[in-house]
Amino acid sequence: MSHHIVEAKDLEYSYPDGTPALRGVSFRIEHGESVGLVGANGAGKSTLLLHLNGCLLASKGTVRVGDVPVTQATLPQVRHSVGTIFQDPNDQLFMPTVGEDVAFGPVNMRLPDEEVERRVRESLAAVGAEHLRARPPYRLSGGEKRAAAIAGVLAMEPDILVMDEPSSGLDPRARRNLIALLKGFKHTKIVAAHDLDMIRDLCARTIVLHEGRVAADGPTATVLADRELLAGCGL
Amino acid sequence: MPRIDTALREIGALDSLAAQDTPVHRLDPRAKLIATMAFVVTAVSFPKREVAELMPLFLFPVALLAVGRVPFGLIGRYLLMASPFAVMVGIFNPLLDREVVAHWGGLAVTGGWLSFLSILLRFALTVGAALTLLACTGYVGVCAGMGRLGAPRALVTQFLLLYRYIFVLADEGARTVRAHALRSDSGRPATVRVWGSMAGHLLLRAHDRGLRVHSAMLARGFDGSIQPLRCLRWAWADTAFLVGSLAFFALVRFGHLSELLGRCALETLH
Repeated sequence: MSHHIVEAKDLEYSYPDGTPALRGVSFRIEHGESVGLVGANGAGKSTLLLHLNGCLLASKGTVRVGDVPVTQATLPQVRHSVGTIFQDPNDQLFMPTVGEDVAFGPVNMRLPDEEVERRVRESLAAVGAEHLRARPPYRLSGGEKRAAAIAGVLAMEPDILVMDEPSSGLDPRARRNLIALLKGFKHTKIVAAHDLDMIRDLCARTIVLHEGRVAADGPTATVLADRELLAGCGL
Repeated sequence: MPRIDTALREIGALDSLAAQDTPVHRLDPRAKLIATMAFVVTAVSFPKREVAELMPLFLFPVALLAVGRVPFGLIGRYLLMASPFAVMVGIFNPLLDREVVAHWGGLAVTGGWLSFLSILLRFALTVGAALTLLACTGYVGVCAGMGRLGAPRALVTQFLLLYRYIFVLADEGARTVRAHALRSDSGRPATVRVWGSMAGHLLLRAHDRGLRVHSAMLARGFDGSIQPLRCLRWAWADTAFLVGSLAFFALVRFGHLSELLGRCALETLH
């Protein structure tokens, strides 16, 4: 099952205005691992995540998802296996109703109608949001929006889930529900967050980013216990 | 801005009316779309001082609203909200065109007043018909109909996204205005400089959001066009509705229906 592996090698990226965001990031995430990605604001977390689904392409270095290097030519394949959950669910729920939004990915994959329907039903059931199916996204609460956004990604049946601040803006109960939900997923997970308690609950391994470089990479318990390291990285 | 926010929520209310199940709602969006477009063309095609001949056209939206169980008051309120634009367009006509063209009782009526009245009527007819279409079909239904009628995909996609994000943008705008109000002297309106800056920030944030939404779409396999959302089925009822409506418009436009009706009414009185 080598296709669930995510690997970055000497990844560098500068924004078009010349601001360097990643300055040589390397790691390898194995099948079924759950990895936390932490770092101060501007450390490069979101930029890194955008490389994993090919929304940004490396200026230097490589990203591999399974056996496939992420390049312009392999984008459809990469996006099929990497599901991204964005920080603001409003950015992700762009269709008129939740049901249509969840169907967006499968429809783009040109799946037959019955298969689209099955995936929509099962993904909504997986996040406990069947009752939201006919609702327009702008009338949902924060927790409901998050659930709908996750369902939209699950419907593509990805092998790897990439999440950017999945718990931001959620009330404590919605946050607990989300953590329980994510714990139940068997996917390879990469979670970028400032919510260190969630990382502790969810991820066995943590990567710390600092100014576009990997400052630490190891078991979550060890990394998050190193106060000096965390303080030095703005956490 | 909070009032714009409220207005947008009300559009949401209009859309929830579209979720009803009545004979009008069950009609294919394409039938309603074509009929509405033909209606608008009919309404604007009359000579500029026409008033009486326009009146029978009101039957069309009124019948749809009645069968579609849409409250008249709601449509009336929207018309009032939009009416300043129509008034602005026609307000100078009475000053420019002072030729007396008719006498109503002892009152001399100039061409300017007639054309002003005509503009207001046409405004009520066309905007009323568009609102009726929206209340009986829903925004997404109208978009789906447009797509199936051959409107460019990019345009339909834009309309769909506009409808989704106008609420988000209004929320953001309302928050900005509130934040400004909380830190400024009460009662003093913002200066042009501050307004400019707020609008600029809103634009930049909207642009950023656009980029993020695009990323989110790409991440789920977007390839330039949103696939057809709803399968539409054309039934006999749609053909009947469309043919009936077009025949009615033709009768009003070329058959001088209002004159016929007037003559009938007079004969009954005699």
